[in-house]
Amino acid sequence: MAYLQSMATRASTFSGKKGRLPYLLLAPGLFWLFTFFVLPIINLAGTSTQTPVVGGDTGQYVQTFRFANYVDAFNASREQFARSFIYATLATLLALAIAYPLAYAIAFRSGKYKNLLLVLVIAPFFTSFLLRTVAWKQILGESGFVVPALRALHIIGANATLTASALAVVTGMTYNFLPFMTLPLYASLERIDPRTLEASNDLYANAFTTFRKVTFPLSMPGVVAGTLLTFIPAAGDYVNAAILGNPNTTMLGNVIDSRFFRIVDYPTAAALSFMLMASILVLVTLYIRKSGTDELV
Amino acid sequence: MTTKNVISPETRDLIKAQLSRRGFIAGVGGVGAVGLLAACGTKAQTKTAVTTTDAGGTVRWANWTLYLDYDTATKKYPTLEAFQKKSGIAVSYKEDVNDNDEFYGKVQGQLKLGQDIGYDIVTLTDWMAGRWIRLGYTQKLDTTNLPNKVNILDKLASVGFDPGRVNSLTWQTGFAGFGWNKKKLPQGIHTVEQLFAPENKGKVEVLSEMRDTMGIIMQYQGVDIESGFTEAQFMNAIDFLQKKISDGFIRKVAGNGYKEDLISGDAVAVIGWSGDMFQLAAENANKFDFAIPESGGTLWSDNMMIPVTSKNKINAEKVMNYYYEPAVAAQVAAYVNYICPVKGAQAAMEKIDPKLAASPYIFPTTDTLSKVKVFRSLSPAEETTFSTAFQKATGN
Repeated sequence: MAYLQSMATRASTFSGKKGRLPYLLLAPGLFWLFTFFVLPIINLAGTSTQTPVVGGDTGQYVQTFRFANYVDAFNASREQFARSFIYATLATLLALAIAYPLAYAIAFRSGKYKNLLLVLVIAPFFTSFLLRTVAWKQILGESGFVVPALRALHIIGANATLTASALAVVTGMTYNFLPFMTLPLYASLERIDPRTLEASNDLYANAFTTFRKVTFPLSMPGVVAGTLLTFIPAAGDYVNAAILGNPNTTMLGNVIDSRFFRIVDYPTAAALSFMLMASILVLVTLYIRKSGTDELV
Repeated sequence: MTTKNVISPETRDLIKAQLSRRGFIAGVGGVGAVGLLAACGTKAQTKTAVTTTDAGGTVRWANWTLYLDYDTATKKYPTLEAFQKKSGIAVSYKEDVNDNDEFYGKVQGQLKLGQDIGYDIVTLTDWMAGRWIRLGYTQKLDTTNLPNKVNILDKLASVGFDPGRVNSLTWQTGFAGFGWNKKKLPQGIHTVEQLFAPENKGKVEVLSEMRDTMGIIMQYQGVDIESGFTEAQFMNAIDFLQKKISDGFIRKVAGNGYKEDLISGDAVAVIGWSGDMFQLAAENANKFDFAIPESGGTLWSDNMMIPVTSKNKINAEKVMNYYYEPAVAAQVAAYVNYICPVKGAQAAMEKIDPKLAASPYIFPTTDTLSKVKVFRSLSPAEETTFSTAFQKATGN
């Protein structure tokens, strides 16, 4: 009896704390989010509608709530907007095409090498993102082995180059974001109960039908997570375009960088950042709605 | 390349851009907490309280890459080592300036708020130095700590943006012109037509420094960049550049990064800086050369200044003074190969290398100087219009 009573008091004190506990656990995260996301966003919103001080010096702006900044910014950078989304989409599709068989093989066919293969997928993370991209510049450049080899085989012309091109930018993005695609795919493929595949087999489905009707639908959460983790950073990326591209392959990230740091045009840069964020948000919402994966939202 | 350039300037550029981006967000967060939305106009507070208290600590100096004599064997800067030993003043030398605009973009938030930008000496090009002085971001130099200031070349002793050199002192002066790979282009590059010859397609790089690239194109179009050219004339040159970019001639619009691409062979001809090209030639078996365009090149100077936020003014002035000793200046010039702004350095150079003492690119003759012009100063409004057009033409 005494034992039960003590249990009851312990339970009640626990549930009393329970009311506050989730909030306490959330506090650091919320604080972080507020300080480093909400406040800067508000500030950025403020900056985006400023105009230059009349007679002022470079970089001096005053708040005039000029929302036409958005229209001007968009019109000035339509090309780069389009390019950002096209390149990001291409990189995402390429990454999916490469990562799916890879994740599939690791999840179902790798046997005792599973852990080793997973480590290899993550291995590039041990080197800086920038260094890896610069490495690609060298691999694909004149001093690398790829260009001379392709020239010798007459696959490309004597004067053709691989760097400083749209191809190099998309390739670089695909490479850089590949692990972000592979890992969620692996996680959801690995979770598939083998008995569902056996059941499919028992019901006379061939391998392809099993993949189409069972494996792929069950891996959808991984596909959605992987494409989001690739597409979102790829659309805002500017490193690949800066290192592997040319002046005709710049993306929105490069424009924002140049507006902020070179022209010192904060309002336009802020407006562009906002538009990029908003368009990604809209696209992602539509995508999640369409793919019907509630687990993520 | 020298060992100090293990990371290409481009990479450094990007790493820095990321860091400054982070810095920007943190800074904005702080501002945001105080004044929201309407309150966050960015009008400069030029009346920042200047503290003249001297901490007497390490002098932190921001300069461009390959801009101070460097010993690849010891990985040290000989003249700077000698100064530190002699004076007991520690100097932290950082190759942190890759581009005037970028550097300004990185520190101007702190300058405006009067917070330490992390440097006691900054080295910036004329027009940007002019902006800093105009906005009150520099400290007046004290001549009592700078007795060697009298050694400055007469034509640099007083300049439009800083009459009497009250706030600044020239570090180096140089030319922008054509650089090329002698193996690939034995006939050299002397005209804009040669630069954009069909066989160079996709292998040309131009400077991201607007005044140098545009200055050379405008002079090619017969415009005098020193006097009051019009916006239409500038835009004509922009159209020319734009056409070369969309036709695929220009591989990259680069800051210091063009040097890496010349070495790797990804670029064969560039609009670049004189000293860079001579240093590259010296380090790569004389593979590269430089020439001032026949239609005219540009002349620019980089200037040492002490930011208002520095609490280490006296020591910073001592560093500047040291580099105005002719023998020291000659030693630096022998390495950087830019125009030396110090009187008497030519005589001192005779002892180091008579060939360099005769170089018109280090000690220019009036004939050499007649081939180059200084880009005229722009009003803030022109500055914004022109640099927006330039950035847009270059894909940004």
